[in-house]
Amino acid sequence: MAEAKPDQMDYYQQEDLLKPDYHPPKTGWMDTPVDFRPGSWIYPGKPKHLEYLGLPNPREWAVTDEDWKLPENWKEILLDGIQERLDKYRTFKIFMDVCVRCGACADKCHFFIGGGDPKNMPVLRAELLRSIYRKEYTLAGKLLGKMVGARELTIDVVKEWFYYFYQCTECRRCSVFCPYGIDTAEITMMGRELLGLLGIYVNWSIEPVANCFRTGNHLGIQPHGLKDTLEFFAEDIEEATGVKVKIPINKKGAEVLFVTPSGDFLADPGTYTCMGYMTLFNEIGLDYTWSTYASEGGNFGLFTSADVIKSLNAKIYAEAKRLGVKWILGGECGHMWRVLNQYMDTMNGPADFLEVPKSPITGTVFESAKSTKMVHISEFTADLIKHGKLKLDPSRNDHIRVTYHDSCNPARAMGLLEEPRYILNSVCNNFFEMPENTIREQTFCCGGGAGLGTDENMEMRLRGGLPRGNAVRYVQKKYEVNQLACVCAIDRATLITVCDYWAPGVTVTGITELVVNAMVLEGENDRSINLRLEPVGEQKEGSDDA
Amino acid sequence: MNAVLSLVAVLALVGLAVLGVEAGGLYSLFGVIVPYIAIVLFLGGLIFRVLGWAKSPVPFRIPTTCGQQKSLPWIKSSKYDNPHTGFGVLVRMALEILFFRSLFRNTKTQIAEGDKVTYGPTKWLWMGAIAFHYSFLVIFIRHLRFFTEPIPFFVDLLQTVDGFMQVGVPVFYMTSLIFFGALGYLLLRRLAIPQVRYISLVNDYFPLFLLLGIATTGILLRHFVKTDVVGIKELTLGLLSFQPAITEGIHWLFYVHLFLVCTLLAYFPFSKLMHLIGVFMSPTRNLANNSRMVRHINPWNAPVKVHTYEEYEDDFRDKMVAAGLPVDKQPEPKPAQAEKE
Repeated sequence: MAEAKPDQMDYYQQEDLLKPDYHPPKTGWMDTPVDFRPGSWIYPGKPKHLEYLGLPNPREWAVTDEDWKLPENWKEILLDGIQERLDKYRTFKIFMDVCVRCGACADKCHFFIGGGDPKNMPVLRAELLRSIYRKEYTLAGKLLGKMVGARELTIDVVKEWFYYFYQCTECRRCSVFCPYGIDTAEITMMGRELLGLLGIYVNWSIEPVANCFRTGNHLGIQPHGLKDTLEFFAEDIEEATGVKVKIPINKKGAEVLFVTPSGDFLADPGTYTCMGYMTLFNEIGLDYTWSTYASEGGNFGLFTSADVIKSLNAKIYAEAKRLGVKWILGGECGHMWRVLNQYMDTMNGPADFLEVPKSPITGTVFESAKSTKMVHISEFTADLIKHGKLKLDPSRNDHIRVTYHDSCNPARAMGLLEEPRYILNSVCNNFFEMPENTIREQTFCCGGGAGLGTDENMEMRLRGGLPRGNAVRYVQKKYEVNQLACVCAIDRATLITVCDYWAPGVTVTGITELVVNAMVLEGENDRSINLRLEPVGEQKEGSDDA
Repeated sequence: MNAVLSLVAVLALVGLAVLGVEAGGLYSLFGVIVPYIAIVLFLGGLIFRVLGWAKSPVPFRIPTTCGQQKSLPWIKSSKYDNPHTGFGVLVRMALEILFFRSLFRNTKTQIAEGDKVTYGPTKWLWMGAIAFHYSFLVIFIRHLRFFTEPIPFFVDLLQTVDGFMQVGVPVFYMTSLIFFGALGYLLLRRLAIPQVRYISLVNDYFPLFLLLGIATTGILLRHFVKTDVVGIKELTLGLLSFQPAITEGIHWLFYVHLFLVCTLLAYFPFSKLMHLIGVFMSPTRNLANNSRMVRHINPWNAPVKVHTYEEYEDDFRDKMVAAGLPVDKQPEPKPAQAEKE
């Protein structure tokens, strides 16, 4: 077998990763250069994507190049950019000013816990930007410089920003503990926007953005391709359950538009979650439609810039209006729900052409979504179960011993904590929580969110995945947990690696997959195989990576 | 290094005051002019900074949610850790400002037994912070007796409670001790914890040393020098009524104390001490998580380029038709060239 490479998990020894060096280096942080070692950064955005999106400075370059081919007036662009954002965001201004460097955030970051690099302490990540702010906008910074934490903006600072703002998954865990609520996600977002002004993007984010702009989804699936995919899923559903499901696509006049992250169309186990949605909607007779134009719930704009969030998100309301639906239902996804809960209505509302969401099955009116008109699938399903509208046989999931991973954004940018748990408790007999400091609002990121979930970033993903992986390992040992459920498409992609590495034997699933596996369907077959087309009662060991 | 620099700076301030008063006899400078300048800088700076923050809008509603959202009626929502009403926000803010709720959550992460990541509760920083801020508040209120005539009842009451142990003449206040201890703890942890030392700047040490200086001179004045309190009160009341007059016989150490306090006032608006106001204005804490119920307005909601459905259909119409997907506009009758995608 070939020697493992830095983009493969076998390259990294667990005993090494379990011994992060928490001692800061001898040199001060302003004098400690970035170590661009392979496995800890992400490839730059390809020029064709920047060109297509009309973003500045498209060019071929490499992170390890001495010359990043920045525009001549890069410094002016950045300083203007900082000023513009200080004027547009009170958050940015306050977060630059009020930090007291108490250090409470330090060991809350999964990258710091797993890596020990002091610049991954949220406080120091923010200081990377704050130091420039002080130099430019405060008298003390201008006069006293380094000792008051001010420094000159140089190319090396830009490189450092790139490295560390793409070592933050915008998970907001540190913000829970900050006495002033300083949100590192906000700072990272500002940092990334600033880098974007110079044409510095990572391809793992910007290619999906370009795809999404053109085809309506991150993966670049074209309309006919989406139809093929869903038809293929329908065949598998029929094989697994004996039920032939309908596939409404771009259907005008449907009651509900359903939007989910496109990851669910492509990669296992997200595909099984997608099959879950299709089966569930078919069974309850929901009058819904898929859209090929708004075929993405996720929004890699969140990892790029506010303008890009808005541009990609606009399709959802536009399509709801064009199709004439009454309200919108959203699938299982983490950052998608940050955008839907905290940005969509503000950016692209008001959705006054829609109606306040009302479940046609139970009659429940979702008052909490009366302005955005968009409901989370877990809210919808929990309501169905509560009203006894689903015929459930949880013993069908008895071979599964499941734990639940709260995805960062539904937990800390929304508060979707009980709905998924209620569903899990209804469809599984063996549900075990991970330790309390690793769930709910204190949940740990998968280590690959916010555009970091690519293999060339493997070292950071495994390090960042340590706290989550370790908690999974804990319940695996203690309760023989063999499956981890989540409501996030990025989780369904990245936690496979995290589990394979830190808790091998634990597989990953979406909630709706478990729901449908426990559902007694009208006209079903003997249900001897599940949506994965595996015989029920046998939990497949090891990786479920496609 | 940053700690030493800060200590030196505070000692220099002390020296400056001693020299100015003792050698230079600059009583009106240190007793009148500097306090007035300090107050003007404090108030003016505060207003300037707060207006500066207020000038920037809050474009998005981004509270950090720390509990269950308000969704279905039968799911109990976390009213204060994830507030969806103004009242809930009020309680959340009160918990944050009065009890340092977020800091109370603090945990200490460790890798135990080689392979277990553990998160133990740790309340030291919270306790230190609470002890420091509340004793500071009490001391501040106690000092009102130098600025008011007659002295309000609550100041007297507080003084009695604070000195209930009846140790020393004049009685020693508990809060003096707590204040000193808390400051010492905050300084020591900054020096002792490697990560915290690594991030600490002059901006962090200087206020600590300054406050230690203020506390030391204050305790010395009360318990050792036992300076002429009546004379001091005459001075402060004179300053307040804009009829400043220097009273004779006040110990020089008082001018050191006063000068350090003036430094603190003048420094305050231009430093991290502004977290006192910032905590009220932090959008991740002072907004309700109700953005799905009520539309939050962004004043600069900038138009952006979007890929409209019409453009999308133009890109993919033939493929859609071939796949049997509905289209809004039928393709041209003549066979279309296959798209180069």
